[in-house]
Amino acid sequence: MSLDDLYMEMILDHYRNPRNRSSDLDGHDVHVHHSNPLCGDELDLRLRVADDTVDAVVYDGEGCSISMASASVMTQAVTGRDLADADDLTECFRLMLHGEGIKREEDLGDGVAFQGVAKFPVRVKCALLGWMALKDAITTYREGGAEHRVTHE
Amino acid sequence: MFDPTTVRKDFPVLDRTVHGRPLVYLNSAATSQKPRAVIEALVRFYETCNSNVHRGVDALSEEATDRFESARAKIARFVGADPRGLVFTRNATEALNLVAYSYARVRLGAGDILLSTQLEHHSNIVPWQLVAPEAGFEIRYVPITPEGELDLDAFEEIVATGRVKLFTVTAMSNVVGTIIDVSALAARVRAANDEAVVVVDGAQSVPHLPTDMLALDADFLAFSGHKMCGPTGIGCLAAKPELLEAMPPFLGGGEMIRDVTLEGTTFNDVPYKFEAGTPAFAEAVGLAAAVDYLNALGMDAVRAHEVAILERAIPALEALDGVTVHGPKDPARRGAALSFAIAGVHPHDVGTLMDREGVAVRAGHHCAKPLVRALGSAATTRASFYLYNTVEEINALCAAIETTKQFFLPDAGPGARSPGRGQ
Ligand SMILES: Cc1ncc(COP(=O)(O)O)c(C=O)c1O
Repeated sequence: MSLDDLYMEMILDHYRNPRNRSSDLDGHDVHVHHSNPLCGDELDLRLRVADDTVDAVVYDGEGCSISMASASVMTQAVTGRDLADADDLTECFRLMLHGEGIKREEDLGDGVAFQGVAKFPVRVKCALLGWMALKDAITTYREGGAEHRVTHE
Repeated sequence: MFDPTTVRKDFPVLDRTVHGRPLVYLNSAATSQKPRAVIEALVRFYETCNSNVHRGVDALSEEATDRFESARAKIARFVGADPRGLVFTRNATEALNLVAYSYARVRLGAGDILLSTQLEHHSNIVPWQLVAPEAGFEIRYVPITPEGELDLDAFEEIVATGRVKLFTVTAMSNVVGTIIDVSALAARVRAANDEAVVVVDGAQSVPHLPTDMLALDADFLAFSGHKMCGPTGIGCLAAKPELLEAMPPFLGGGEMIRDVTLEGTTFNDVPYKFEAGTPAFAEAVGLAAAVDYLNALGMDAVRAHEVAILERAIPALEALDGVTVHGPKDPARRGAALSFAIAGVHPHDVGTLMDREGVAVRAGHHCAKPLVRALGSAATTRASFYLYNTVEEINALCAAIETTKQFFLPDAGPGARSPGRGQ
């Protein structure tokens, strides 16, 4: 395994040129805040839903390149998908990071660049932060909530 | 002074490679490496006289007890403490908890202030927070300046209330290295309230500075064996014996009792009253071997070596574009835990990149979140030096920083830009 597995060009690109990075989203339905106290990563995610579909999603936060780039990739991969589908894609991403193979490779888009992270167990959490925030935002939305804060162990 | 290249030969682990490169171990503030003398002392103890202490009447137990008690005496001497006041704990954290539960909880109450500082490791914050609600005292913290020094005006203001009944402070920051003039602060606290006691977190200072409890003017001094070339699982609370005598036990069980009936218990003398259960006696013997090792080098020489390292390392890091060193810049004011930031690169990315270069640093909040927050971030990268680190390793650190910058900021000019936001 090499560093390049971890920091492929694609990841670095999302880190240097973040997509959908914003601390505000017009008419958002849900705002979740996820933090990883162990490493100090903090992430805010805002989700707007229309017709049970991810109409728009933005993130903002502070963290390492892996966590921020992964959130950037996530916003691109899930926008326009219906919520169940976005949930399923999140699960595919999670399984990939746990070394359980790649499903829905096409749909993951730039997300496949993170498969190398599976070889760096201490960084898996970083890569999952944005995706877990999305999953939580969807759950919160379904339960009728608008705000949720989660501290990961 | 000694030659660190000779000292290194005493530490077997420093010979290994990491990712195919020689290990550059710059994480001694987290835990130090162990010299062969300490490893062998543990092996020898287990091979020659292992038996439970203070228990048997057999020769083996007597020998083990002897070794254990001479370890206590030696370690007490190392910090200028009375052996009767030297309680073995698992680590500095447990020592501080002992003071929180058996002193602060019972001796402080409504109207009293327990004064800590923003420089502290979580283990000098959380134990006090755990007992404060029950005891009813208030916790205040001395804020820090941007340089990582205590804000002495704020300190003075709180102390002047005369309500500070316990002052607890680290003698050396594990994040920014700041050395605290404990005795001056202790004198102020005592002048304002003659019932006040002073607790010193010596987890970083005892391994790196010559230490004398009397000179520090400390009532309690907590430290960990594993950061001073000793084994894990052994730490100490050094205290004035008369204070310990007046305190209720912390944990109950064997060893700490004089007599037990089903109706009640009378407690053993100090320090045994605070050593419930089988102590880490082999580790205590190992820690005594570490003290022998440090004494042979001389703690003044250890300190001088680290000042020499800092005199080179601080300017070398600051000369790199985009690199900022946290904490005092004057080596005389600080220890060898050196936190720094690289503009535009998150500490975790720095840590991972450095690891690939064989350079072990720590990235994160270093169990001192209030302090790291006060520095304006969620995390720092910390390179911490000890008696086995060399000037070549400073060069390796600087080279690894350059590699890291190249990787993340390939087109950054001087000063480096910050990708995204919030970095
Ligand atoms: C200043 C300071 N205090 C307390 C501790 C806690 O030490 P231990 O985990 O050995 O109890 C540390 C260790 O990191 C420290 O650096």
